[in-house]
Amino acid sequence: MLRINCPVCGLRDETEFTYGADASVTRPDMNETDVNAWLDYVFNRDNPRGPHQEYWHHVQGCRQWLVLERNTLTHEMGDCRLAKEVSK
Amino acid sequence: MTASRLKTGGRINREETITLTFDGRPLSAFQGDTLASALLVNNETVVARSFKYHRPRGIFSAGIEEPNAMIQLGDGSRTEPNTPATMISAYDGLQSFGQNAWPNVRVDFNSVNQLFAPFMSSGFYYKTFIGPFKGTRFWMFCESVIRRAAGMGQAVIIDDPDCYEKKNAFCDVLIIGAGPAGLAAALSSGRSGLNVFLVEQDEALGGSLLSSPAGTETDDWLKGVIEEINLLGNVKILTRSTVFGAYDQDIYGVIEKLWDHVSEPPADQPRQCYWRVRTKQAILATGAIERPLVFGNNDKPGVMLVNSVRTYINRYAVLPSQQVIISTNNDSAYSTAFDLVKSGAIVTLLDMRTDIPKQLLELVKTHGIELFSGYAVLAAKGRRCVSSAIITAIDAKGRAAGEPRTLPCDLIAVSGGWSPVLHLWSQRQQKPVFESEKGCFVPVPDSLPTMKCAGSVLAVDDLKQTVSQGFAAGIAAAETVAGAYENGDEPIVPEPQYADGWGRDYCPLWCVTDSTGKTLGKAFIDLQHDVTRSDIDLAHREGYVSVEHLKRYTTLGMATDQGKLSNINAMSRMAELRNATIPDVGTTTFRPPYTPVTIGSLVGAETGLHFAPTRLTPMHDWHEKHGAVQMDVGAWKRPRYYPENGESLRDSYIRESAHVRNGVGMVDVSTLGKIAVQGPDAAEFLNRIYVNGWKLLEVGRIRYGVMLREDGFIMDDGVTARLGEFDYFMSTTTANAAKVLALSELLLQTSWKDLKVHVTTITDQWAAIAVAGPRSRELLTRATTGADLTNETLPNNYLTHADMSGVNIRIQRMSYSGELAYEIYIPAGYGFHIWEYLMQVGDEFNLRPYGTEAMGALRIEKGHVAGPEIEGRTTLKDIGMDGFASKKKPFIGSILKNRPFLTDPVRPSLVGLEVEGGQDILAGSLLFSEMDEAKGHGDGWVSSTTYSAALKKNIALALLKNGTERKGEKIRVIDFLSDTTLTAKVVSPHFFDPKGERQNA
Repeated sequence: MLRINCPVCGLRDETEFTYGADASVTRPDMNETDVNAWLDYVFNRDNPRGPHQEYWHHVQGCRQWLVLERNTLTHEMGDCRLAKEVSK
Repeated sequence: MTASRLKTGGRINREETITLTFDGRPLSAFQGDTLASALLVNNETVVARSFKYHRPRGIFSAGIEEPNAMIQLGDGSRTEPNTPATMISAYDGLQSFGQNAWPNVRVDFNSVNQLFAPFMSSGFYYKTFIGPFKGTRFWMFCESVIRRAAGMGQAVIIDDPDCYEKKNAFCDVLIIGAGPAGLAAALSSGRSGLNVFLVEQDEALGGSLLSSPAGTETDDWLKGVIEEINLLGNVKILTRSTVFGAYDQDIYGVIEKLWDHVSEPPADQPRQCYWRVRTKQAILATGAIERPLVFGNNDKPGVMLVNSVRTYINRYAVLPSQQVIISTNNDSAYSTAFDLVKSGAIVTLLDMRTDIPKQLLELVKTHGIELFSGYAVLAAKGRRCVSSAIITAIDAKGRAAGEPRTLPCDLIAVSGGWSPVLHLWSQRQQKPVFESEKGCFVPVPDSLPTMKCAGSVLAVDDLKQTVSQGFAAGIAAAETVAGAYENGDEPIVPEPQYADGWGRDYCPLWCVTDSTGKTLGKAFIDLQHDVTRSDIDLAHREGYVSVEHLKRYTTLGMATDQGKLSNINAMSRMAELRNATIPDVGTTTFRPPYTPVTIGSLVGAETGLHFAPTRLTPMHDWHEKHGAVQMDVGAWKRPRYYPENGESLRDSYIRESAHVRNGVGMVDVSTLGKIAVQGPDAAEFLNRIYVNGWKLLEVGRIRYGVMLREDGFIMDDGVTARLGEFDYFMSTTTANAAKVLALSELLLQTSWKDLKVHVTTITDQWAAIAVAGPRSRELLTRATTGADLTNETLPNNYLTHADMSGVNIRIQRMSYSGELAYEIYIPAGYGFHIWEYLMQVGDEFNLRPYGTEAMGALRIEKGHVAGPEIEGRTTLKDIGMDGFASKKKPFIGSILKNRPFLTDPVRPSLVGLEVEGGQDILAGSLLFSEMDEAKGHGDGWVSSTTYSAALKKNIALALLKNGTERKGEKIRVIDFLSDTTLTAKVVSPHFFDPKGERQNA
């Protein structure tokens, strides 16, 4: 069981969190009308081997959404910050 | 075999005799025996039958690597299949049974399988049942026979009477294995004062030292070290505990078998405990396992590992046989040879090497052993167990050179080398290196900074090095955690001797063949899965050359012993076939668990009601008390129906739904999700998530909304009320409440963080009741104090506040049933009281409660969509609501909902079905036009069904290709699972009161 360093609650077991979405992609603006921009956002993802930016939800803690860097090969956890504070 | 109990020696307790049974036969043993030593000493030679061929098998080893002696343990609810007899402590009353045989392992009729052996080689299952028969009928017939014969023991299908515990533990140093290396590490790291865990699989500490004769010098060393460790006070020792998994971030899974050595645990004690140990440093001191040689019929009862024979003699005082032939390619067999002679056996020693250390040759002479150098066993002979061995001189390739001879014996003890137990290290994605001098894979020291290795797991040569390495590893681990400290002296072990049991001077010959390179009879590499050397050759010929393919095609290494004795020999053969080296062949990935783990221990106390929380509405007790039959809706309990006078479900919901249309009923809808959406940008937020518009919704009004997924499919629906300028009360379906909230939070914290909105869950804070029927207005007017609920003051889709029995409640006029109806929102703490109060006031109006089944019947009559229609495969257009979406503003899914795939006119669309013949149809049935063949997915499916009390017929909602153009058509409704076909007429889904006159009354 891995542990994630929540910026609000500290080092907690992964079972308190839920993976949400890929944080390396940006949701198009609400007013975007180009269907390809939406298709790309909804259906296309890179599958990197190595550090990966992800949205995790601290459901059983502060309930904040976090941007976590997780290494997809080794499960090493890097930075974990409040999604609100990560400029997008 | 001619086994006997030695009169002296061993590490058993001769004061305590015990009786156990095998296949109903009583066996006498001592406290300290294992089931295996008890079986051996009682001359139970055949204890199992092999997996495929049902060949008789006996005990092969003395440890965790046992491939053959798989036993069905116990009876009734505690029975456990596939337990290795070597790992079971013998106890009084132990019941054991042979498995995988009929009628029993001694006489197994299934051994007729051996006649079919030529058809059962590796991969036979994939090749045998193809054609010339049409389709898969013949294969499925054979399948049913194979299924019955497959598998080993019997699984339990009744409840487990035991309980289990889970623990989280933290330590500074975790030492895995309490052999000499582990004990030395525990001593040195323990002297630092840090928190040390020492975990040992066996019941006793000592590891390989327990296979030395009792009372030798190493025993003194052992005693002294254990005493000193115990005195330290900071070393926690777990015995009968296996570290089965090493995981990322240095957490280890350990199973402690607290009460597996007695017939049942004391009352209220957990049988096993699953420890999750987080440590800063780990030391792997798991030792090495001896592996066998490969030759003809090397699976016959009476063939055993040499070092295991030594263990039986010195630990259990069991002499397995009086006439022994030893075949070896390294030094370790010699100490066993001498121990056998001292116990009174006659030993013939075959050493594959021609260059044998002089000191060993001298000892062989003094012990009176006949030695054949450059010789090996070519084949084991005997009917059901070994009665003789064919031996031969061999050349440098292991091929017979010269005339083979037959020697009588009833035990063939073999040693093909030693394999370090590096599984836990490999589980951490580390790749071992092959040491060709020693013929084994070893871990790379220091490749994993938090796991150090020490002792035989690094293939060291003697006890002294083992202890030194362990001692040093303990210091290194403790220093990494807390810096330098006074670590004292290393405990001195006796000097290494020749014939001390260590596998030095390894010679890489592992397989004995005739002069042409063929084995004399079946030569097994994986004993448990019946995989022979020729199976590997066959797989290779068929192109499965990579180690990953070869493993899966032959099933080698896939049994419960996970290749502990077979991996190296298999890779040696693969290397030969490919003309490569063993490292080139590579290894498959090691994965946890190292040994089988019971599911009960992983579950711990999370069983029954503790598996998941149960959510109850504030009115739950009233429903229970009044006979509601409740159903599970996710974690919630909801009343499905309230049967009266022994009514069936059908009678009940028909009565309840009719009563709503004719009078007044009420249903508990507290489980629906409720979210407070608050802030200056609340309307903008709602505009973005819902397909329809919210900017013009006034305070005091409510509106139905539908939201889509990002890909354009419908996600959820619900009604939202505007309570104030910046205050909205949103509701969702029960199932999607958490999902909608999480999505809202995600968007508001990322892409939409500029919006000034808070979303808060208030599902549990409000109770909600729907009151529906022509008399609902009357009832609520009576139940409230001075509320004006006339049609003029409170039209449909408006809300008001009122006082009911002293509680300030909110009334939302809205209808799901299609009747005149209201939803009442009450602070949860008063929910029960208000429900009771309404029932009381409602007595005059004949108010009856109704459940989810009746609620469903009512909304189906109206053609309102619910979960079954919006289950993620349908769009707004499919359900005929595309006009509901705004064309003036963007919302989630607004662009992708118009992609060609989703606007294709042949997509199924929502229709109603009137079923002919008065029969119930099953939701999920497929729809076919009258002309089409009833094959494949047809033209659509039935989503919701009910019997309509109002229309007196069976109706359904369905998704039908081109549905809107097929009104009036007769179609077939087919349920393939029950093989029923019905006919139905396609109609509008709005069966009852299509103009909505009743709800607007």
